[in-house]
Amino acid sequence: MSESKPIQPPRRDFLKQVAAVAGLTLAPGVFLQTVSAAVNASQRWGLLIDSNKCGDCQACVTACHTENGITDHNRPETDAQWIRKVDLRHKTTGRVHSLPMMCQHCEHPPCVDVCPTGASFKRQDGIVLVDKHICIGCRYCMMACPYKARSFVHEVITDQKAHAPRGKGTVESCTLCVHRVDTGRLPSCVEACAATGRGAMLFGDMNDPNSELAQRLRTEYSTTIRADLRLNPGVRYQGI
Amino acid sequence: MNPTNKITVYRKLEGQSVGFYILLVVLAIMVAMGLLAAWTMEHEGHWISGMNNQVVWGMPHIFAIFLILAASGVLNVASVSTVFGQEVYKPLGRLSGLLAITLLVGGLMVLVLDLGRPDRLIIAMTHYNFKSIFAWNIVLYNGFMAVVFIYLWFMMEKRMQPYYPIAGRIAFIWRLILTTGTGSIFGFLLAREPYGTAVMAPMFIAMSLMFGKAMFLLILMSSYRGSQRMLNHAVVMRLKNLLAMFIITALYFLTVYFITFAYFTEQHGVVRFFLLDGGHYTTLFWLGQIGLGAALPLFILYHPRLGEQFSMIAVASVSVVIGGMIQLYVLIIGGQAYPLDMFPEMEILASSFHDGVVANYAPSHWEFMLGLAGLAMSLLMTVLAMRIFDVLPECVTEEVPAL
Ligand code: SF4
Ligand code: SF4
Repeated sequence: MSESKPIQPPRRDFLKQVAAVAGLTLAPGVFLQTVSAAVNASQRWGLLIDSNKCGDCQACVTACHTENGITDHNRPETDAQWIRKVDLRHKTTGRVHSLPMMCQHCEHPPCVDVCPTGASFKRQDGIVLVDKHICIGCRYCMMACPYKARSFVHEVITDQKAHAPRGKGTVESCTLCVHRVDTGRLPSCVEACAATGRGAMLFGDMNDPNSELAQRLRTEYSTTIRADLRLNPGVRYQGI
Repeated sequence: MNPTNKITVYRKLEGQSVGFYILLVVLAIMVAMGLLAAWTMEHEGHWISGMNNQVVWGMPHIFAIFLILAASGVLNVASVSTVFGQEVYKPLGRLSGLLAITLLVGGLMVLVLDLGRPDRLIIAMTHYNFKSIFAWNIVLYNGFMAVVFIYLWFMMEKRMQPYYPIAGRIAFIWRLILTTGTGSIFGFLLAREPYGTAVMAPMFIAMSLMFGKAMFLLILMSSYRGSQRMLNHAVVMRLKNLLAMFIITALYFLTVYFITFAYFTEQHGVVRFFLLDGGHYTTLFWLGQIGLGAALPLFILYHPRLGEQFSMIAVASVSVVIGGMIQLYVLIIGGQAYPLDMFPEMEILASSFHDGVVANYAPSHWEFMLGLAGLAMSLLMTVLAMRIFDVLPECVTEEVPAL
C-alpha cells in the first residue's frame, strides 16, 4: 500500500489519476474498478522480458486479449492488438528468437508529448494510458509511437470488459493490466507466461531495490528496443 | 492613397445565371456527400475506410493538409502587396484574404470530420496539451482565421484603411508560423525515418506557396471568366511567373530533403524507397510529384507561346494541384507505409502486426468523398462570399507600374 506522498503532484496530473483510477465511464454501467491503492510516484512498474526463454507460443497474447476483451474481426489490418509476438533473425549471426511487443511504457513517452488533448498520459508509477473520455481519435499518438504499440478502435465494440473500457473511434494500447496491478495482481501476460513454465516475463517495481525485478536488472544485462531514442522504456529485454 | 486603390472598383457576382446555380448545387451535393461519408465512417467505425493501424492517416489527411497549406500560400498575393509594396496585386488582396479563410475552413472540416470522435471537437478546443504541436496548430489555425478576417475587414472598410498594412504584416508572419507548425507535425516524429527532419518546415512553406499560387490562379481565372470580366494579361503573367518560381523553390527543398537522408548511410533505405524501389510510391513520385507537379507545369509556364495563354496556365495550375496532392500522398502515406526500424540488426521473420514490411493502404471511396467535400466547401464559401461581398475587382486594369 502506498504511503502519504511527500510531494504534492501537479493538479493536472492529479486530476488525470483520479480519472484513471477512480472511475472511467465509457458506456453506462462500464466502470473501471475503484481501487484501494493510490498511485505512488516512488514506484515505477516495469517488465523484464527474456527472449531466450520466450518460444513459439502465444500464451501472453491470448491471455491479454481475453483479459481485456480485445476481440478480432478477422481483419488483421484494422483489428486492435495490445500485444503481439515478433520473430526475429539476427542478420549476421543467423540466431532466431522471438519476443512479445506491447506498449513499452516509456518514461518520456512521445505519444503523451504529441497528444493534443492530453488524453494520453503517464501515471506517476510509470504506466502510460489513454483517457478514453478525452481522446478525440486523431491518431497522432500512433504516428509518434516508435514501437507501433497502439491501435485505433476501428469497429463497433460490443462485449467489452468492465475493467477495460474501450471505445470506437479512440486509441488504446497495453495498460500493463492496470486494473490488476492496482489490486496487487500480475499483468495477465506475465501470469500466462509463468503458467506455461517458461517464465520469460518478470513484472515488478523497478524503483524498489528489494523487488526481484530491480535485483535482476542490477545484476544482469538488459537493454531496450530503440535505445537510441532515449525514451527509457519500462519494458526491458534480454537476449536481443 | 495610392493610384491603384482609387481606380479599383469592386463588384459582387451577379449570381443570376443558370451556371451559377448549377455550380452552387454541385458544390452543395459534394459537401453533403462528404458529410454522409463522415457519418458512415463514424457510425460503422473506420474499418470501412482504407486507413488501418499501420497507415493511420489517409486520403482525408491528404486533402486536409493540401487545403491548409494552400490557405497559407494563397495569402501570398495579399502579402506581396501589403508587406512588399507590390501595388499591382493590391486589387486582388481581398480575394487572396478570402481564399485564405475558405481554404482553411475546408481543410479543417475534413480533418475534424475524420477524427475518431468528431463529436468531441469541443474537447479539442478546451483541453490543451501545450507540449503537443497538434494543440499548437489548433491555436494557430484559429488565430490565423481571426487575423486574416481582421486584415480583410481593414482592407474593405474605408475607415480602417490606415491600419491594414499592420494587419497585413501580422497576417504574413502568422502565416509563416502556421506553415512551420503544419510541417512540424511531421518534423517532430523522430521515430519515423521519413519525417524526423528539420527540413520539413521550410519544405512545407515552399509547398504552401506553390499550392496557394496554383489555387489562386485557378479561382481567379475561372471567376473572371464565369462573370465575364476582363482579366489583365500582365497580372496573370506575373502570377504565373511566381508560380514557376515557387515550383522551383519546392523542388530545391525536396532535393535538400533527400540529401539529408543520403548523407546518413543507415538512412539510405528511405531514399531508395521513394526514388527507386518503393513500388507504386516510387511510380507516383516520378510520374505524379515530379512529372505532373513540376516538369509539366514548368514546361508550360516557361514555354514562349503556351506560357502566354490563359488556358494553358490553367492546365499548368491544375497539374500543380494534382501533382501536389500526389506529393503529399507519397510523403504522408508512403512515409507511414515505410516500415519502422525497430530492430536494426535483425530481420523480422514473422509478426501479426505487419512489422518490418511495407504497410498496405488502399483508399476507400468514403475517404475521397470526405476529402472532396473539403474542397467543395472551400469553393462554395468562396463563391457565396463573392456573391455577397465586394471581393472581385470589376476589372484588373493595366494602370500599374510595369515590372
Ligand atoms: S511505447 Fe508507444 S504507446 Fe507506449 S508509452 Fe511509448 S510511445 Fe507511448
Ligand atoms: S488519438 Fe487520442 S490519445 Fe492519441 S493523440 Fe489523439 S487524442 Fe491523444
